[in-house]
Amino acid sequence: MNVRAQMSMVFHLDKCLGCHTCTVACKNIWTDRKGAEYMWWNNVETKPGTGYPTKWEDQEIYKGGWERTKSGKIKLRGAGKLKGLMNIFHNPNLPVIDDYYEPFTYKYLDLIEAPQTDEQPTARPISLITGKPIDIKMGPNWDDDLSGTPDFARKDVNLKNLTPAEQEAMFQLEQMAFYYLPRICNHCINPACVASCPSGAIYKRGEDGVVLIDQSVCRGWRMCITACPYKKAYYNWNTGKSEKCLLCYPRIESGQAPACMHSCVGRIRYLGTLLYDADKIEEVASSEEKDLIANQMDIYLDPNDPEVIKAAKANGIADSTIKAAQKSPIYKFVKEWKIALPLHAEFRTVPNLFYVPPLLPVMASVTQNNKSDGSELNPISKHWSDEWLYDTSIDEIFGTIEQARFPIKYMANLFSVGDTELMTEKLKKLMAIRIYRRYKTVGDISKEKSDRALAEVNLSEEDAEGLYRLTSLAKFDERFVIPAAHREQAIEMAESTADVKGSAGMGFRETPVRGL
Amino acid sequence: MNLLLFGALPYMALALFIAGTIYRYKTGFKYSSLSSQLLETDRLFSASLAFHIGIITIFLGHLVGFLAPSLFIPIGGSSLVIIEIIGIMFGVLALIGMVLLFYRRVTNDRVKTVTNKMDIVIEILLMIQFVIGIFIAIDMHWGSQWYLSNMVPYLHSIFLFQPDISGISVMKPLAQVHVVIAFLIIGLIPFTRLVHFLVAPFHYILRPFQVVRWYWNPKTINDINRQWQDVKRPKNN
Repeated sequence: MNVRAQMSMVFHLDKCLGCHTCTVACKNIWTDRKGAEYMWWNNVETKPGTGYPTKWEDQEIYKGGWERTKSGKIKLRGAGKLKGLMNIFHNPNLPVIDDYYEPFTYKYLDLIEAPQTDEQPTARPISLITGKPIDIKMGPNWDDDLSGTPDFARKDVNLKNLTPAEQEAMFQLEQMAFYYLPRICNHCINPACVASCPSGAIYKRGEDGVVLIDQSVCRGWRMCITACPYKKAYYNWNTGKSEKCLLCYPRIESGQAPACMHSCVGRIRYLGTLLYDADKIEEVASSEEKDLIANQMDIYLDPNDPEVIKAAKANGIADSTIKAAQKSPIYKFVKEWKIALPLHAEFRTVPNLFYVPPLLPVMASVTQNNKSDGSELNPISKHWSDEWLYDTSIDEIFGTIEQARFPIKYMANLFSVGDTELMTEKLKKLMAIRIYRRYKTVGDISKEKSDRALAEVNLSEEDAEGLYRLTSLAKFDERFVIPAAHREQAIEMAESTADVKGSAGMGFRETPVRGL
Repeated sequence: MNLLLFGALPYMALALFIAGTIYRYKTGFKYSSLSSQLLETDRLFSASLAFHIGIITIFLGHLVGFLAPSLFIPIGGSSLVIIEIIGIMFGVLALIGMVLLFYRRVTNDRVKTVTNKMDIVIEILLMIQFVIGIFIAIDMHWGSQWYLSNMVPYLHSIFLFQPDISGISVMKPLAQVHVVIAFLIIGLIPFTRLVHFLVAPFHYILRPFQVVRWYWNPKTINDINRQWQDVKRPKNN
């Protein structure tokens, strides 16, 4: 057992309101610079939708992540030692700026300085790259709330193995059914970006598992951009270096929450430590597709197990980190209550960002029906759209989970490698908590029904209470259990603090300007 | 004049190259391939590929002759013709690539914004050098032989710090210009984007895929029996 600590996250999608506050907080701190305007280390996507960069999930286009070979080993899909060096002069799988969007601003000064005419002055959009007027074709979140439009929702990559009828059912719901998917770097256990970097500039920090790009070693070979299946490594076209989310490591080293998480209005984000067994990384990453998630869950160790604690201490993991791992909200969501899932585990990077799937918007079913045989319908709970009956008056809630909302298959494509059973289990858990809480607070549901619901998903009453508490009441200290770096070691982490006095103190004292 | 161009210039260029490269490397942030592929990819494909394959082959050809001339001296007859033809082909390939790259650089608005003066200078110099090189190869036959008999001894003498310019002084002016420009380019390397070839990532082949960096060796950091000063920052991985 080779125990390592990993900073990991849970995003509770049921609570995400899509306000982009996280995105703005991140942008203001890290990427509000020339060459980085188009980068969104944190972004929020509307699902179903195509995301940013457009269709990033489609590895037929972008060739990101790992794939399993016939011999049961894994290899990088679009990069790697031979392929990476062969493609170094021109990387055929590199997304270009238009796949993201051309960054732009407006000539606001024209509004003030325009001579007096009969027409209103306008502020023309100009490109932030060339400085010339452009026609804006795409923005960072232009699919926001537009899941109904054919341009975005219907081109969602995750619709791939849904039947036309299932897709049709989804878009009958399109007026109301969509949810938000906030994304940051997953700080993977088997990061494809690290593996693809010819310079060896990208590394995973041993102490907390944060994946970083060493800016003074990066040579702009841009293989990480291709290799990251989540498209969370970006190429700064101005400095000629790649950049990525750094989990606000200057903040977490001092025990503070990252900016995106601290600013989260819906309080959907949780950050904590997980302990994992580094000996099993390769085995987990190369497991068969159906076992991927189960095996990934196995790699995380129980921080209360004396054996694990002993091995962790032998590996130099600080007591404060072990303690934080024991109190980790992530461990509870992922391992104890088993309610959170990684996004697209099939990319085989073993990501450390988990999502509690959304149980929204309204419980409803959609059935294809003949209108003519309809008797009197309740005008509020049922209505027709063409030949589709949209029904929100349901008794059997669990039955509906399988039939309605988004097809389970769609959710499974995102979060459970297509495993609909696993997905159903998570959604049922979410529903069981609601039934339990309704029994507790409103009282119109019987205790038997509540008990039955919890029993069916193997949750005890304490579990349910804990889940409810962490989901809706948890204060800052419960949502973020961050072991600060040790001061006595931290002093040495980057360099002598005396040397970096007056600088950003991040082990990087040069002005980041473009080379000749 | 000859002494200045062939005796002094090489040393100036080499000194500039070494000092400049060290300085540039120490200020590591500016070391990059400065790829513009994110901004424009379609036109880059053929141009970049042609240029890189061409120039690397030509460079290796010159380098092998310089390092191991004895290997090539016995070559004669039809093999010589083949070497000449291959040389000209790759030279033309490099030239085509360079012209396409230059054209892309000055015509594409996005690429233009990430172009600086040194890019233009070095690309023009390279184009001139390619043209002269191709012209020499066509005009002055059996270059792979006289390169070995006249140029290589001269280059060796430079690197042995006993400059002997007799060999080069008798060459045609075109070949002399080729040498002068070559040293100019060498001197300019640290001040241009060409530095990226010095950090070509061959070490990637032998590296394990995953890189983990520790601030301290995790096995010894918490060991109470060890003296603090024994705890060394580990080699990474």
